[in-house]
Amino acid sequence: MNLTNTTIIAAGLTLLTGAASAQTPVLTVYTYDSFNSEWGPGPGVEFAFEELCACDLQFTSTGDGAALLARLRLEGARSDADIVLGLDTNLMTAAVEAGLMAEHGVTPEGLTLPIAWNNPHFLPFDWGYFAFVHRADMDDVPGSFEELAASDASIVIQDPRSSTPGLGLLMWVQNAYGDEAAAIWEGLADNIVTVTPGWSEAYGLFLEGEADMVLSYTTSPAYHLIAEEDDSYDAALFSEGHYMQIEVGGILQTADTPALAQQFMEFMVSPAFQNVIPETNWMYPAALPAEDLPEGFETLMQPSAALIFTPEDAASARDEALAIWQNALSQ
Amino acid sequence: MAKRAQPITLTQMIGGAFVVLVILTILGPLGAVIYRAEGFSGLRAADWAAVRFTLLQAVLSALVSCLAAIPVARALARRRFRGRGAYISLMGAPFILPVIVAVMGLLAIFGRAGWLNAALEAIGAGTIEIYGLTGVVLAHVFLNLPLATRLLLQAWLAVPAERIRLAHSLNFTASDMRRHFEGPLLRATLPGAALVIFLICTTSFAVALILGGGPSATTVELAIYQAFQFDFDLGRAALLGVIQVAICVGAGAIAWRFASAANFGGGLDRPAMHWPGDSPLARLLDRAALVTAGVFLLLPLAAVTGQGIGAISGLPPSTWEAALRSILLALASTALAVTLALPIALLIAGKASRAGLEGVGLLSIAVSPLVVGTGLFILIFPVADPVALSLPITGLVNALVALPFLLRALIPAAVQAEATQGRLADALGMGGMARLRHAILPRLRRPLGFGAGLAAAFSMGDLGVIALFSAQGQETLPLEMYRLFGSYRTNDAQGAAVLLMALSLGMFWMFDRGGRVNAAS
Repeated sequence: MNLTNTTIIAAGLTLLTGAASAQTPVLTVYTYDSFNSEWGPGPGVEFAFEELCACDLQFTSTGDGAALLARLRLEGARSDADIVLGLDTNLMTAAVEAGLMAEHGVTPEGLTLPIAWNNPHFLPFDWGYFAFVHRADMDDVPGSFEELAASDASIVIQDPRSSTPGLGLLMWVQNAYGDEAAAIWEGLADNIVTVTPGWSEAYGLFLEGEADMVLSYTTSPAYHLIAEEDDSYDAALFSEGHYMQIEVGGILQTADTPALAQQFMEFMVSPAFQNVIPETNWMYPAALPAEDLPEGFETLMQPSAALIFTPEDAASARDEALAIWQNALSQ
Repeated sequence: MAKRAQPITLTQMIGGAFVVLVILTILGPLGAVIYRAEGFSGLRAADWAAVRFTLLQAVLSALVSCLAAIPVARALARRRFRGRGAYISLMGAPFILPVIVAVMGLLAIFGRAGWLNAALEAIGAGTIEIYGLTGVVLAHVFLNLPLATRLLLQAWLAVPAERIRLAHSLNFTASDMRRHFEGPLLRATLPGAALVIFLICTTSFAVALILGGGPSATTVELAIYQAFQFDFDLGRAALLGVIQVAICVGAGAIAWRFASAANFGGGLDRPAMHWPGDSPLARLLDRAALVTAGVFLLLPLAAVTGQGIGAISGLPPSTWEAALRSILLALASTALAVTLALPIALLIAGKASRAGLEGVGLLSIAVSPLVVGTGLFILIFPVADPVALSLPITGLVNALVALPFLLRALIPAAVQAEATQGRLADALGMGGMARLRHAILPRLRRPLGFGAGLAAAFSMGDLGVIALFSAQGQETLPLEMYRLFGSYRTNDAQGAAVLLMALSLGMFWMFDRGGRVNAAS
């Protein structure tokens, strides 16, 4: 950690505000943009943790998960970051191989993921299933990638090179179809209206009526239902199962208060953190029993199978999946 | 020491220093990325496909924008009508809009669920498809037609009224006007305007991605993004950044080969007057050009406004704070851009051979914002906290982005001012500030106002560097808009988009009004 600069900045801030105490330890959490927005989990998480820790929790945010990892690699050993929050299982191996991660040393209890979790570097904080979201009045909702490819339903997807949902879709097709992934993508090519840089643009296009379906999450209809009292959105159930995105947090090698960082990791899988997730990040909390979910979540579609690559398999499948995708859609 | 033919003035020294400073600020970060990457790494086949697509769409976009701008600029130069000033200001709006807002507007008209397709369907005609190369070019023309029009209009308005009076007394016909005025004027301006638009389009990222339709429409900027964010291959990102600069230099060389200076001599700055060779047909064509361009440029803006205006009153306080932050940032970055541009423009105007120096200004359009941002990050990180400096850095980069536009507008005017007023000023022994204030600056008012307006509006709408550096409580309005989108708050995001559009346009109008005096009269 860069002590001099932090001290100078902290001293400056202290002089300015006269309020902050120089003795309060600071925990710096790097996360993605929407986590730390006014409507994201950030403010609730900060409030709840500062009640516990007698510390100052500070968020630094950047783009999405991929940008977050690039930022940490750029800063390397000189980073101020103590915690990274918001990578997913597809990015975990890269983070560990870059030598960024320390072991968290926490044995989490009460995880409610559909799969077992046992990773020394990362703990999950929320998860969701990728799914194609559509309007409830859509006719002939496709029930699999093959049906989607054969139909004339139009879809908007995200670019895997610039967004984590886009990458998740590649992994979904790769996981479900393996060697036949190329054929699936060739079949999907004429359904794809366009490919957007990120989730926001894609979902916006869908809401504007530019496509019948958009790649999002099975939990997206919960937002419309709970926050907008609008039950006219559904997620399509695919018979091959749905790929999961598990969002994780971990302690960085650069953490200068490891004990505080470890306290945060324990807090991350505790109810105080987990309760914030459903109605701010609109994902499933990683350690909260189903009966504690807000009303409305019970209406969500439940996939028949949860698909996911191990972090190692995801890392090795990535380049090939991207090449298949590029080839199939460049024709 | 030998006496120089022309003494080096203080302005020229400042100009020279700023040129060096700008080069360092742009190429320094690129160098930092190369240094950190410890050399280049090779390109993939997909990267070359990206280079090809980038060139293709940028050439098409520049050609269509410039050709379409000719009748519009011509009509604006020849006609006086009520609301002409408002028309000029308003039709400038697309250029200064954040890309995502512009795309929202275009989709509302040309999209699958847009007005045009609804109308086509109602009369039983087939629907049109906006996605693909057509969509990319359509969006780039939407964004850049206003710039092309303004650049050409400046050239038309630079023809002194005395010359037009002379043409009247010589009974010039429309074709005489074309041969003696419009031909030379277009030859002098078109290559530069086309080059600027070509360069803007080479760094296109969001437009190409959203409307491109898929991986076949990959641009170099996306390839840089992928190399950096996806593979963390700084060497490839840097090499692609260098290719982007090479494209710029190559395009610049070609454009200057075709550019020739139009010199219509000096005048006494009387307001422009009626253009000779007018006819009912000319009036009809001008009217058609103005109406077509107006509908094409304003309908999408109206659609965006319609979608979001209702949400403005309910916007959360953080959005208003972000708006205030963006306004202050835009003012600071405009001040910086003007401070940099004026001495450089005067320096360049005073030189016989300008091409090399002018290229400096163009560099900053061609360099990838992602590479500059990353490079600045690498440079700053060892000595200070880039996050704490995120707003100053964003201001600096925004000023650099605006610099080429200021220079493009200022240099011809400064050359003209030197050519027409320089000798008189010399004869009167006017130098330094007095010369600047009395002889040169009054002739730079219009381009300066226009350029400052662009700089301010760009800065309002920019979502480049801030996204790399952003920290808690430092969001700008475009970033806030993206976060609203990302949190499913589509209505609020649409409201923020209207606010952003209004502020960008307001900023542009505020600065441009000073310079528009003659243009609007």
